[in-house]
Amino acid sequence: MKLILNENMDDIELTKAYNEALIAVAKENPNVVDVEADVANCIFGPNFQKEFPERYIDLGICEQSLSSVSAGMSAVGMVPFCHTFAVFASRRMCDQNYISCAYAKNNVKIVASAPGISSGENGGTHHANEDIALVRPITDITIMEPADSAAMRWAVKNAAENFGVYYIRAERYGQKRIYADDAEFKIGQANVIREGNDVTLIAEGNLMLDASLKAADLLAAEGISARVVDIFTIKPIDVDTIVKCANETGAIVTVENHSITGGLGSAVAEVLVDQFCAVPMKRIGVPNRFGEVGQIPDLQKVMHMTPEDIAAAAKTVIGGKK
Amino acid sequence: MNKEELKQLKVTALHCRQNVLRMIKANGSGHLGPAFSCLDIVTALYFHVMDVDPKNPDKEDRDRFLLSAGHKGMAQYAALAEKGYFEKEILDTFGQFKCRIPGHPDMHKLPGIEVNTGSLGHGLNLACGMALALRQDKKKSRVFALMGDGELAEGSNWEAAAIAAQYKLDNLCVIVDANGLQISGHTKDVMSYEPITDHFAGFGWAVTEIDGNNMEEVVATFDKLPLESGKPNLIVAHDIKAKGFSELEDQVGCHYWAPDQEAMARAEKELEDAIKEVLAQ
Ligand SMILES: Cc1ncc(C[n+]2csc(CCOP(=O)(O)OP(=O)(O)O)c2C)c(N)n1
Ligand SMILES: [Mg+2]
Repeated sequence: MKLILNENMDDIELTKAYNEALIAVAKENPNVVDVEADVANCIFGPNFQKEFPERYIDLGICEQSLSSVSAGMSAVGMVPFCHTFAVFASRRMCDQNYISCAYAKNNVKIVASAPGISSGENGGTHHANEDIALVRPITDITIMEPADSAAMRWAVKNAAENFGVYYIRAERYGQKRIYADDAEFKIGQANVIREGNDVTLIAEGNLMLDASLKAADLLAAEGISARVVDIFTIKPIDVDTIVKCANETGAIVTVENHSITGGLGSAVAEVLVDQFCAVPMKRIGVPNRFGEVGQIPDLQKVMHMTPEDIAAAAKTVIGGKK
Repeated sequence: MNKEELKQLKVTALHCRQNVLRMIKANGSGHLGPAFSCLDIVTALYFHVMDVDPKNPDKEDRDRFLLSAGHKGMAQYAALAEKGYFEKEILDTFGQFKCRIPGHPDMHKLPGIEVNTGSLGHGLNLACGMALALRQDKKKSRVFALMGDGELAEGSNWEAAAIAAQYKLDNLCVIVDANGLQISGHTKDVMSYEPITDHFAGFGWAVTEIDGNNMEEVVATFDKLPLESGKPNLIVAHDIKAKGFSELEDQVGCHYWAPDQEAMARAEKELEDAIKEVLAQ
């Protein structure tokens, strides 16, 4: 995997990268359409509308329709990318995503912006801390959280080219650069972005990968060598890499911008149990509490999702090794 | 209503808008357009129409106000503060970590908030539940729910529209803040529910239309409730998004405002002038 791991920040936001990638695939495939529900602004939707006015559909504020209408378009051969905030894409659209999209084996790409604790003053109603948990049990769905613009471009292209229901989480602020422009990704393949032997930090998304890399620095200062893995697709999950990390480092911490119930942490724990390779493990993420108003640094602190929290959890699991 | 009282209501609505500016100043940004458009209605409700008591916010037989369009939260906070439900210093905490006035209202954080909203399309159903229960409890209380016109696209509203008519909830009054705009453009271009009155009337509601920024008309209409006995009430309030700050009025971009100092100063000045003008009348 080709990485750019230095202090570089991305020159574009992830949401902008998404929009540019969508315009690029739409140029190649005339069936790609952008379906929106009145919050397109936050993902640069108007840029797509300018390029392809006929292939841009804003349904207004009706997310359940967003899902089923997209499924209907897919059933006659379109490739709809339907977008709304992650809270609505998961909680509000749950039954439609399940029946109209997945169960019917349609070709819908659900794009969920502003996931996790990134809603600022909007407060608890706008936190999507349970979206992965709601989507993950759906059969055959592909769940991706591209961690930077290179991963986002690949994700959108892959989703456009492959039949099936995708759930793509698009962070609002993530801007730490991780991958080289020509990095090659694979569905179901996690990427080791920092080597290490004493513990593995398995993370998702830009915010939490950034925090995990910082935690690895904190641990390195104490002589602890932490491996950092970007899970990239939460479903299908990379069983081989997880097993390998468990065997080679003997301890795991999962790090997610999501509830610790039902998301990445749960998915990794399921793998460890199923593969008979349970090792000491801890889950960093939103504990059992509702979201609340506040900026990301404050929320990271109160939810125990800071680099310091991750480093402390790493030491705990290392201490738990036999 | 006498002239003096009407004048006072108009001034109060402007003071409430000043409270909104105070919150935006504290946070650096906020939903100015959505809050300003409905503030004449919200002011009329709290200061003339509803039986509520800031000293006893939980009194059993109070009227209920539900802000279904939760992103207009600043409008409700502004009125509650003006009415004396809480100290105005709290306005300076808008958007801050652990504040009691988050972007969308939270009933567990502040007196006078009846429900949690912020996800559009919940308020009307919650209001139906309250109206139904209050009637069964033989309470005189009325339930007022304020909705956005863009919000009408949520299908859950139309389930509630049928429920309210079926159960003859004439103690329920819905006000649609029909400013003609939603985030991505004019509602007539994005997703039109015009004519709104016809749709609700079709379900069996008693309906009327007013200028939602004309205090005299607003008050006169509320004074007529219930419009018809045995039917839920709909008031479509045609008003102007961002009403009160002319450079943003009726602009698509007025949904969310992050002003620089000069823009804030212009908005403050315009409200001060407007207050002087009303007082001079
Ligand atoms: C279920 C849901 N979908 C989307 C949003 C995001 N959102 C907040 S305000 C808004 C536009 C509302 O338009 P309208 O109801 O006309 O109210 P106005 O902005 O005019 O006050 C949208 C789409 C939301 N809060 N809830
Ligand atoms: Mg509107």
